[in-house]
Amino acid sequence: MREITLSQAVNEALAEEMRRDPTVFILGEDVAEAGTPFKVLSGLVEEFGTDRVIDTPISEPGFVGLAVGAAMTGARPVVDLMFGDFIYLVMDQLCNQAAKQHYMSGGKLTVPMVLRTNLGATRRSAAQHSQSLQALVAHIPGLKVALPSSAYEAKGLMKTAIRDNNPVVIFEDKLMYQDKAPVPEEEYLIPFGEANVKREGRDITLIATSSMVQVAEKAAELLAQEGIEAEVIDPRTIVPLDEKTLLDSVKKTSRAIVIDEGHQSYGVTAEIASRLNEKAFYHLDAPVLRMGAMDVPVPFSPALEDLTVPTPEGVVENARKLCAGELIHAA
Amino acid sequence: MAKAKTNTEDYLRMYRQMVRIRTFEDNANQLYLSAKMPGLTHMYSGEEAVAVGICEALTDDDRITSTHRGHGHCVAKGAEFKEMFCELLGKAEGYCRGKGGSMHIADQSHGNLGANAIVGGSMGIATGSALRAKLQGKDDVTVCFFGDGATAQGLWYEVMNMAALWNLPVIYACENNGYSEYTKTEEIAAGSIMARAEAFGIEAHQVDGQDVLAVNELTQKLVARARKGEGPFFMELMTYRYHGHHVGDINRAYYRSKEEETDWKDNRDPIIRFRAFLVEQGIATEEEIEAMNAEIEKDATEAVAYAEKAPYPPAHEVDMHVFAD
Repeated sequence: MREITLSQAVNEALAEEMRRDPTVFILGEDVAEAGTPFKVLSGLVEEFGTDRVIDTPISEPGFVGLAVGAAMTGARPVVDLMFGDFIYLVMDQLCNQAAKQHYMSGGKLTVPMVLRTNLGATRRSAAQHSQSLQALVAHIPGLKVALPSSAYEAKGLMKTAIRDNNPVVIFEDKLMYQDKAPVPEEEYLIPFGEANVKREGRDITLIATSSMVQVAEKAAELLAQEGIEAEVIDPRTIVPLDEKTLLDSVKKTSRAIVIDEGHQSYGVTAEIASRLNEKAFYHLDAPVLRMGAMDVPVPFSPALEDLTVPTPEGVVENARKLCAGELIHAA
Repeated sequence: MAKAKTNTEDYLRMYRQMVRIRTFEDNANQLYLSAKMPGLTHMYSGEEAVAVGICEALTDDDRITSTHRGHGHCVAKGAEFKEMFCELLGKAEGYCRGKGGSMHIADQSHGNLGANAIVGGSMGIATGSALRAKLQGKDDVTVCFFGDGATAQGLWYEVMNMAALWNLPVIYACENNGYSEYTKTEEIAAGSIMARAEAFGIEAHQVDGQDVLAVNELTQKLVARARKGEGPFFMELMTYRYHGHHVGDINRAYYRSKEEETDWKDNRDPIIRFRAFLVEQGIATEEEIEAMNAEIEKDATEAVAYAEKAPYPPAHEVDMHVFAD
């Protein structure tokens, strides 16, 4: 199978859906000729014109608000939010407006929009361009949240998101834009709420999202060398969450670590760990561990920044202790 | 009083719609005072000529976005009493199946995209609706209602900028009732509100919001031009809210005088003024008007009685409509 980058995969998904549905359009800062700072959208304005690939002023609440209104009245906007950190700027439009219209109207109004943005530290971009804020939006009823972990997921989840009749937030890992993965030439969609078992194992389950899937897979390779067989599962969407696949795995392995690049406290890892405790407690041989980003603003200095995110070595160490029956206290 | 070139049927409908709003609000206020309505609500009484003058210049394909003080917009855009009172009482037959209530009432069948309980919260939605119309080559226009208080929200300046850059068919209708909740507008708004729209190159008009014909005449012109791609426009409608910020805001002397309230009610009431015009012009007799008023009162009384007896939504609906299929 051919291999393309995550950036190309997103670009292909958007182009295919824009060809298929004339109501789909893109809105955001420097999305047209510039193709975004990450060049993810390069070439789209040439094919679809400036009416469907629309450069906006630097007004995040404004253009997210426009997308909500366009979506409520018959369009399918894809909003480009240049950095995930800017979600704080658009919270009212996203969480009070987009997320609630369908419910508040008793099901009469719908908001079929996609907010595509990114996550991920270690790009030396410091505290306001490095955050992984998926927990914030996953907390809000009415928003779906997709976390692609490779080019393959990025394309299939984006196409599903555009066709979904709800507001969907997609976080791409900004460090993964140039990473290649096998992506079929023919069209495919990845349904929401279906986790992907990336690697099977009997001893411990590593549930990892987005950027952390690679970390978990690397950890699993290292653990295999020690005779510990780790199962690696990528939920792909955290809203909706495929609880069944996660629970089935944990019931088999009896141990789990949940890894997500958002801050560890009150985060995605806490939510998933809680569900495992509530629904698989009697199958567990060890506490379910959370591994998130350190609870500090992301520091600039490489010497500090690299300490804040989970690493394969860190996962291996925790997995080893869990499998050895050592009780782990949070450091 | 300004004279829009129109026919008597239009005049009578405008009068009727203004009285329907006032009657709806009087009944809603009674429901609150008799503790039959959950929560609270914000009365539109006194501002009827704004909603009616504007909405009578629109079709069902044209959209509006409304505010926390939204009953007037909802009635003026074509909503029915029964579904509205059901919504205010949290009943299953309400426009939003009881999930929105007074502050979120929406009636998309008539183009009302909903009231919004975040002050200024629908400015993006209105502008986005206009962007959709332009992108899809449709000629519908969107009117964004908001109060003077909302002009302090940054969102407005962001979306006005984009609307002006892209000539979007949106009309920003600022209902300036003189008060931003419990504070005089002059204490929260520096400079001129009109000039803020003009700074973006947006044509701005100030109009007497108590004169339904003046509002309607101006809106008709602006809507026709917006349909041709000449938008956006800004209207500042000078009006007055008879009640407090919300129904529970009874003792208001610390921020505005009884004399001021009485003056607006006695001398500038939009319904009294228009009624006098209709009689004077021979369009309706006092008797015909009284009959119309009585019929509207009867409709409202029946709708309230219906809503009071109507069932609440069943418990299983609590987690319906979080997501669309």
